[in-house]
Amino acid sequence: MSLLSIRNLSAVSDRDGGTPILRGVSLDLAPGEVIGLVGESGAGKSTISKAVLGMLPRTVRITKGSAIFSGRDLLSLSSRELRKITGSEITLIPQDPMTALNPGRRIESQLTDGLRLKRGMSSTDARRRGLELLEEVHIRDPERVMRAYPHELSGGMRQRVLIAAAFAMDPKLVVADEPTTALDVTVQKQILRLIRAMQAKHGTSVIFVTHDLGVVAQICDRVTLLYGGMVVEAGATAEIMERPRHPYMQALLAAGPRYDRPDRALAPVPESIFAGLREELASFDREEVRHG
Amino acid sequence: MADTLLSASNIEVAYGAARNIKVLHGVDLTIAKGETLGIVGESGSGKTTLGRALLRLVDVTNGTVTFDGMDITRLGETAMRPLRRRMQMIFQDPMSSLNPRHSIRQILTGPLLLHGLATDRRDAERQASKVIERVGLPLTTLNRNPHELSGGQRQRVGIARAVVMRPDFVLADEVVSGLDVSTQAQVLSLIGELGREMGLAVAFISHDLSVIRAICDRVMVLQGGKIAEEGPCGSVFEAPRSDYTRALLDAIPLPDPMPGWLER
Repeated sequence: MSLLSIRNLSAVSDRDGGTPILRGVSLDLAPGEVIGLVGESGAGKSTISKAVLGMLPRTVRITKGSAIFSGRDLLSLSSRELRKITGSEITLIPQDPMTALNPGRRIESQLTDGLRLKRGMSSTDARRRGLELLEEVHIRDPERVMRAYPHELSGGMRQRVLIAAAFAMDPKLVVADEPTTALDVTVQKQILRLIRAMQAKHGTSVIFVTHDLGVVAQICDRVTLLYGGMVVEAGATAEIMERPRHPYMQALLAAGPRYDRPDRALAPVPESIFAGLREELASFDREEVRHG
Repeated sequence: MADTLLSASNIEVAYGAARNIKVLHGVDLTIAKGETLGIVGESGSGKTTLGRALLRLVDVTNGTVTFDGMDITRLGETAMRPLRRRMQMIFQDPMSSLNPRHSIRQILTGPLLLHGLATDRRDAERQASKVIERVGLPLTTLNRNPHELSGGQRQRVGIARAVVMRPDFVLADEVVSGLDVSTQAQVLSLIGELGREMGLAVAFISHDLSVIRAICDRVMVLQGGKIAEEGPCGSVFEAPRSDYTRALLDAIPLPDPMPGWLER
């Protein structure tokens, strides 16, 4: 039984005169599963995660498809019904821990917002829960961090606070949108470990958006590769990393330099592969027109 | 070393009105003609400050910087000017370093005329066309403005602008970190090829050890403004002596199933 089932999701950008930005995307997420959404810029990975979070910009229009979450189609709910789910059953770990936190408010009020406003907890209870959460994300001095303003914390600490906030509502689904892109590599590893540990402990499903195939390999159970808003390859992570089927996935794996393979020459993705991908997109668009 | 182009000896850099925030604590380095030195470190390691000190874009509080046998540590801006052409820089975000109101043609020909590297406008145009083709862009790019280009194309323009000056030394600071993987490999190959063709000395700053290994001859690992380790890529990557280098390498997630890596 899927927690989230996206079926044939298509969307266009009205800003660019109706350019397709999602083309018939389907994906399933089981409870407690971590799925990687991977692709280069413009692939559609953040459009999918925004659709799930109800955060699509006005310029993006869904033309087809559904996103069934716990039996309800997120795409046909009223904004009032959607607000009950997002920020509570579905939460976000954002990319940039600096801009995601309000610089003028202490961590305590930001961390406990949801608990007070959506769960109706008293300030005392919310504070107690906030301290527990900070301990859970291995923050050593939770009392001090509660009183701190965001700028007083390091990037890694801020990201821990945001992970605590994302799990505070005991969500069924967490969308992690490039949560380690802005971090140093040693901090990235700690944050990846923490997300995986929190997700396992709470049985939460995670959509992990990233452009880094190395990160996917280490943290995701399954992976979906996108190009031009279309699913190019999907399957179990280990299998795809060892035996990629689509030439684009093969080329991406070959293109990334690796410190452990000095003998491997730099191999940019050949233009012929992009030509093939563009042909796949065009053929999808022709089918859409034919069947309406 | 006879073929050393650029060297720094025991350089210290401190910021702040009272020069009390020390960013570099005595760093030595040499870069030979035709050599690419990778400088790697995490945020706050001082790698960007080191690059800027080599170009004399920040003043060193101690130590010396030598370029082609000349002590340039205390040279004034007027004395530095003839050397500026020979020391070029490629930035992480080319958008911030390309004048948005100028066409790529103006961006490339302007400095050529200014430094007297072109005899006239026509000659400058000819050189601009040649370099734009060399970096793999169509000639029509010359008529465009920076914002009309993709990130990868802009970075090629950034490279073209640096190499059109026929420099001896190029500082490349995080030049591929904003690019997609498919574009990254192209830009890295281009920098490697141009470095060899032109016999450039390159200081290649990056936070990414895999990128460094792909393009550099030697690598220097910076930690907290000090050198943690330095040596030929082969030995540093295969037998790192410093615990810090080992920790950095181990923290890189590779696109292979590596059971247990996350908990290690």
